[in-house]
Amino acid sequence: MSTNIFAREHKIQAQQTRVSYYFLLPALLFFVVFVALPMGMGVYTSFFKYTMSEFKFIGIDNYLNLFKDEIFVRSVKNTLIIVVGSVPIVTIFSLWLATIIYNMNSFSRSFFRAVYYLPVVTGSVAVVVVWKWIFDRYYGILNFVLQGLGIINKNVAWLGQVDTAIWCILTILLTTSVGQPIVLYVASLGNIDRSLTEAAEVDGATSFQVFWRIKWPTIMPTTLYVVVITTINSFQCFALIQLLTNGGPAFSTSTVMFYLYHNAFKLFEYGYANAMGVVLAILIGVFSALQFKVMGNKIDY
Amino acid sequence: MDKAKLTPYRLISTLLLVAVSLTFIFPFYWIITGAFKTRDAIMAKIPEFFPSVWSMENFDKLFINPAWQWFANAVIVSFASMILVCLTASMAGYVLAKKRFAGRALLFSMFVAAMALPKQVVLVPLVNLVSSMNMHDTLWAAILPSVGWPFGIFLMKQFAEGIPGSLMEASRIDGANEWQTFVQIVVPMLKPAFGALAIFTFINTWNDYFLQLVMLVKRSNLTISLGVATLQGEYSTDYGLIMAGAALGAVPIVAIFVAFQNAFTQGIALGAVKG
Repeated sequence: MSTNIFAREHKIQAQQTRVSYYFLLPALLFFVVFVALPMGMGVYTSFFKYTMSEFKFIGIDNYLNLFKDEIFVRSVKNTLIIVVGSVPIVTIFSLWLATIIYNMNSFSRSFFRAVYYLPVVTGSVAVVVVWKWIFDRYYGILNFVLQGLGIINKNVAWLGQVDTAIWCILTILLTTSVGQPIVLYVASLGNIDRSLTEAAEVDGATSFQVFWRIKWPTIMPTTLYVVVITTINSFQCFALIQLLTNGGPAFSTSTVMFYLYHNAFKLFEYGYANAMGVVLAILIGVFSALQFKVMGNKIDY
Repeated sequence: MDKAKLTPYRLISTLLLVAVSLTFIFPFYWIITGAFKTRDAIMAKIPEFFPSVWSMENFDKLFINPAWQWFANAVIVSFASMILVCLTASMAGYVLAKKRFAGRALLFSMFVAAMALPKQVVLVPLVNLVSSMNMHDTLWAAILPSVGWPFGIFLMKQFAEGIPGSLMEASRIDGANEWQTFVQIVVPMLKPAFGALAIFTFINTWNDYFLQLVMLVKRSNLTISLGVATLQGEYSTDYGLIMAGAALGAVPIVAIFVAFQNAFTQGIALGAVKG
């Protein structure tokens, strides 16, 4: 009798598994062919001298060469500057905006949310080409306005030199990065239990205390998520660089992603480019793991 | 209580909010007005904040290029990605949320790991792979790889977890098979998730640049964002022409976003905050 039940249960279980895989099959097929397989190929070929005409195993030479390659080192440095510059600003800026927006009436809330999402929706190409015009040395409105205000006295080639170009890049990156964090923060601030904050206020807590003691810990998971996705996106900064400065002048504004593209699709150094991809993935992995470690244990699940 | 007292902090931050908002709106405004400015107005010493003459010359120049073809390609690519993502993600997300089966935990952590990895890292091998399938420089090359990314599966799983098991139980007792249960019970319950994911995928694909850049080559195969980038490469300071292209690409997608804003923001908030 009881063995019967077990046998039956086993049969149901097997049947459930079979059905589940039928449903998973399409997604898995796409995932394996277009994500997992290329990932494996990327790692594998990073150990080869792999060009249009050559395919020869060379061990870790590609990796060794990377660190001797001045442009690559420069690209890593620029990428880190962009990440370290953008992540804190994006996080703080979007949290600040969200605290103002979230308790507005629903019309204003939707309106401002949409405003900050606008650059994301407009798309990276359109956003970058218009900013390029705004920054243009001769026809850009930025030079005109700043001269009118007396801040500068002759036109500046904002994109023509590294120290100003990196600020232009960060500015544009900021406008295209805060949209999603604001949406997330507005949602999670709106989910905070009103009775908690009200009780604290009745007890005489200042709004600053309410924020730090109640709201900040509650939205910690959102902050972690925002920090992680902003880091990943900043690491992969590409369209912005390619369309705004094309890595120039003389690769001084190149990022890892830009240099990877240059090697793969201009120089056809596939193996070398794939080694860069692996290094980039490791960098991103290390950063994300650190963020989880530092912020994750402050979260009450 | 929130109909707050007008403290100095509140006043200052509201003013700042408005100022910052203008900075975010300005580029879009500059695209639209720039698209209609004459070449003289764009080259003028004193920029026109508002066009004194509205001209179509930039659009005339734009359509010497196959801009409608680019537009149509973007529609095809975005639409196809949207359908495929919704279909595959809803099926996978449903069973991951509602069924207990061998390998479930492993599969799920595999999807999570892939989400955390930068997707552009695999583009070089992806191009080689797609070339070996004879799909390089076809629209398929810009569609199929984007379906493999598991974000949609997470979103669908989040929503599917909220479906009461008793509903599916009842449908089974009524004699429906698994597929009928999915189509008749689960899909209608997932409607908000479909809405959010569909808009999200459409906008993302429309604005994608890198994947399309490495996959599409022939001038007639480009999408609108690639086309605009090409124009920038060829006529670097003809800003009027470039803005006309940017406007053609941006205006429809912004209109779609504004129309579906609420479904969209709720969707990404739900998918991310809980996941």
